[in-house]
Amino acid sequence: MSRFTKMAAVASAAVLGLGLAACGGGTDDAGSGSGSGSSTVTDAQVQAALEKGGTLTVWAWEPTLKDVVAKFQEKYPKVKVDLVNAGTSDKQYTALQNAIAAGKGVPDVGQIEYYALPQFAIGKALTDLKGYGAESLKADFTPGPWNSVNSNGGIYGLPMDSGPMALFYNKDVFDKHGIKVPTTWTEYLDAARKLHKADPKAYIANDTGDAGFATSLMWQAGGKPYQVDGTNVKIDFTDPGVQEYTKVWQQLISEKLLAPISSWSDQWFQGIGNGSIATLATGAWMPANFVTSAPGGSGKWRAAELPQWTAGGNASAENGGSSLTILDKGANKELAYGFLKYANDGDGVQIRVDNGAFPATSKTLADQKWLNTEFKYFGGQKANEIFAKSAQNVVTGWSYLPFQVYANSVFNDTVGKAYVSSTPLADGLKAWQDQSVKYGNEQGFTVK
Amino acid sequence: MAVPQLAAPPAASRMGVRRRRPSFKGWQFVGPFMFVFALVFLAPIGYAIYLSLFRNRLIGGNQFVGLDNYQQALTDPQFWSSVGRVGLFLLVQVPIMLFLALLVALALDSGRLYGKSFFRVSIFLPYAVPTVVAALMWGFIYGSQFGLVGNINDALGVSLPDPLKPSLILASIGNITTWEFVGYNMLIFYSALQVVPKSLYESAAIDGAGQWRIIRSIKIPAIRGALVIATIFSIIGSFQLFNEPAILRNLAPNAITSYFTPNFYAYSLTFAGQQFNYSAAVAVVMAVITIIVAYVVQLRGTKELG
Amino acid sequence: MTTTAQTPARTTKKPVTLSAKKPRRKGSIMLTLLVGLMSLYALVPLGWLLINSTKTQDGLFSSFGLWFDDGKFALFSNIADTFTYDGGIFSRWLLNTLIYVVVGAGGATFLAVLGGYGLAKFNFVGKKAVFAIVLGAVAVPPTALAVPTFLMFSKFGLTNTPWAVIIPSLISPFGLYLMWTFAAQAIPGEMLEAARVDGAGEMRTFFKLAVPLLGPGIVTTALFTMVATMNNYFLPLIMLKDPDWYPLTVGLNAWNAQAATAGGEAVFNLVITGSLVTVVLLLAAFLTLQRYWQSGLTAGSVKE
Repeated sequence: MSRFTKMAAVASAAVLGLGLAACGGGTDDAGSGSGSGSSTVTDAQVQAALEKGGTLTVWAWEPTLKDVVAKFQEKYPKVKVDLVNAGTSDKQYTALQNAIAAGKGVPDVGQIEYYALPQFAIGKALTDLKGYGAESLKADFTPGPWNSVNSNGGIYGLPMDSGPMALFYNKDVFDKHGIKVPTTWTEYLDAARKLHKADPKAYIANDTGDAGFATSLMWQAGGKPYQVDGTNVKIDFTDPGVQEYTKVWQQLISEKLLAPISSWSDQWFQGIGNGSIATLATGAWMPANFVTSAPGGSGKWRAAELPQWTAGGNASAENGGSSLTILDKGANKELAYGFLKYANDGDGVQIRVDNGAFPATSKTLADQKWLNTEFKYFGGQKANEIFAKSAQNVVTGWSYLPFQVYANSVFNDTVGKAYVSSTPLADGLKAWQDQSVKYGNEQGFTVK
Repeated sequence: MAVPQLAAPPAASRMGVRRRRPSFKGWQFVGPFMFVFALVFLAPIGYAIYLSLFRNRLIGGNQFVGLDNYQQALTDPQFWSSVGRVGLFLLVQVPIMLFLALLVALALDSGRLYGKSFFRVSIFLPYAVPTVVAALMWGFIYGSQFGLVGNINDALGVSLPDPLKPSLILASIGNITTWEFVGYNMLIFYSALQVVPKSLYESAAIDGAGQWRIIRSIKIPAIRGALVIATIFSIIGSFQLFNEPAILRNLAPNAITSYFTPNFYAYSLTFAGQQFNYSAAVAVVMAVITIIVAYVVQLRGTKELG
Repeated sequence: MTTTAQTPARTTKKPVTLSAKKPRRKGSIMLTLLVGLMSLYALVPLGWLLINSTKTQDGLFSSFGLWFDDGKFALFSNIADTFTYDGGIFSRWLLNTLIYVVVGAGGATFLAVLGGYGLAKFNFVGKKAVFAIVLGAVAVPPTALAVPTFLMFSKFGLTNTPWAVIIPSLISPFGLYLMWTFAAQAIPGEMLEAARVDGAGEMRTFFKLAVPLLGPGIVTTALFTMVATMNNYFLPLIMLKDPDWYPLTVGLNAWNAQAATAGGEAVFNLVITGSLVTVVLLLAAFLTLQRYWQSGLTAGSVKE
């Protein structure tokens, strides 16, 4: 592959915007020549691979992909996609790591959450999509997710969904006790006190310590506890943004204002349905789960902007969300890239949005019809307006650790102590920091 | 090691063993088992031991480190705290469970029970419940907000302690384990009692021996082998405690650490941290500890009961 | 020869009475109450399962756990939904489990009976080592072996095939021990000697003579291996990627887990109903096997 092809790829992608290289001008021979991530592949080659056909194995648990695959195969009849649900989240990562270690049975495409992406990227498990002209897609995606698939100068996936945060609250409960819906976290703390005093069975929220949630709040507060430059990592939980979070959360914990109920448990679903859990600060993907999993709360809940750390601000953060990636050991990468673009940047986006997924594409977020969708669960509220605004206001500059999967797994060992004993939250965070530093150094990173 | 002594009951040496002179004839019966066993147990163990001599890092790749992983394991406070926890569990839960199992087995065997088959089935049934359901069930029962515990608190105006708090979690797990395995052990004892010749205690009864005496001097010695082996397998089971903490961790993430039991620690190391080399070393150390404890118990068990 | 060998078992001096059928002593109410208490302990959580399988997904989280949901009795629709949800994949899982149980647990029982008999009735080179090795190997925490086993099986091309589930479940160390003690106690050496004098081959002696005497042991071992195979979760989870090969446990877990994913549909009612179906199946197997227990009781009467 010459420099010329690379330039041509960049040029054509730039011109065509969404990259629908229509002319399948026969560079068939290129199909086999892409072993490593540094190769350059043009849109034309991708298109050719799609028309030539083949089999593609996709590991993903995202339920809306089923329809996407069906429509994709309709459009490219020669392509057969084998969609496998190899487990959710860390279960699938284990399966991926096992397959990679065995060198056999590695899928072509894998769903990976943003927090885990750097780990797979640095382990050289993923294909850098820069060689496929993915840079040119930057404008298509909202800033949070796009930032998340960029790691160490490479682009290791295309964003599939995103989780700009919002505050979901049970309006009935707030109305009943005459409590104002909080716009800052200080007000949130006040609301928590008032609510619990008015009804000792009711709590402002449930929380038993969730690494993803805690880091999202630090992110929103402008904290940057993780600074990553290649294999040089700095971890610091005394950063001013983190301290904002620690101050408020310490009080919520000490005053026992958080229900000791773990998310997704039996009691949690009951609490959401019966009003004893009054708010939920989480990603915009939540509405679909409300509808199917807690039908008892329908009509009572509303969405609002995430409370702010500084009054009058509009900062937001991402919570959850995942991308589709191309495995380095997978075969047929052109075809895989074709699928990625179809599912995450092309027709697939609308199919998934229609099925209740929350998109990561700017175009959908600006779509008037989508913005006007009324949510029955939220009493007819046009909640997407709030989510879209949140997506635009995600604080920039956040990064996860290149070993975040491990770090999250010991969150409850360390920070969790603050929830069940008199250990101060700050001490718990310090212990989390120490253990992460230790692990990072053992794994060959330079961590301070 | 001398484990086979316990395993070969005295009866075997008295009668039926074919020849004094060693031959290979027995292998036609034991061979198939051992072949599959070698494939699914010994080979992976060998592989794990091999892996335990290396260290594969995210950055820097794989390198031979000799016994470094073992040295790390022996001085790892998280590992030792997990060993201590299952040790305590072993001392409290296993005796309670085996005692209850023996009690039920003897009751079933006594012939003085109404509805015997019903009890036999019902007490065994928990063992058959799939893990995922056990999780949902006990999650409901232990729930202090809207679960059974919460309901009892509301109805009776009491405040029971939260079974999922750190100081009670081990007892709560012990309760689940007991629930699951009483029936299992009961069945072992019961089927062992089945082969005790009825005539033995019938004549004892005629001689005027009471029920307790018959139990103590005939039945229990007769199922000694089953008692010892149930104990040993319970010890191994305790040291390998995994499912129950893994289930409850979703509900009590702060009370159950990632190094709650040695087996759970090995799991966390492998699957969350990708430290499978170190995990293999931890597993080998734990196996050695288990074997030593099982061996000591077996020696004492055969002495006291024999 | 078979008949002559079995005759002594039936012509012992004292007639054997099956205590289950005709209690010799009169029943004790105290004892029954005591065991009843244990039985209650075992059954209350299962009552939860039964009650909640009659509820809809909504009712599950809006009604008291140990009582029925007012007005709605959804057991039958739950059962129907369980079998049709997601393209009727539950039936496939059921069938897979059945195959794994029949081949895996059946094979495990067979190997254990064969091995236990060999250990009990023969002196052979390496016998002392056998059980030491088995017990030593069982002491290794299994979670640490998962990855090595996966890598090995992957080399043989066995991962993601039914064999990856069946082969490991062929081994039941506990079953081996159980059969060893059983064979030692239940098969009189004189009987084997007699058969050998008659010139019967070892295998023939085993099948014709020993197996019928090992009744309770075989039933117990079969029950344990069956349940173990049915509850096998960890290894299939690692070995299988294709839901078409899942056993029930892994499948039900996948249904359970999908509620906690973005956009995932919560189907706890189906998880619970599916589990009930599983438990009921095991119960049926138990009750069927139980008959053989009693026929095996005659074995005990040999030893006088």
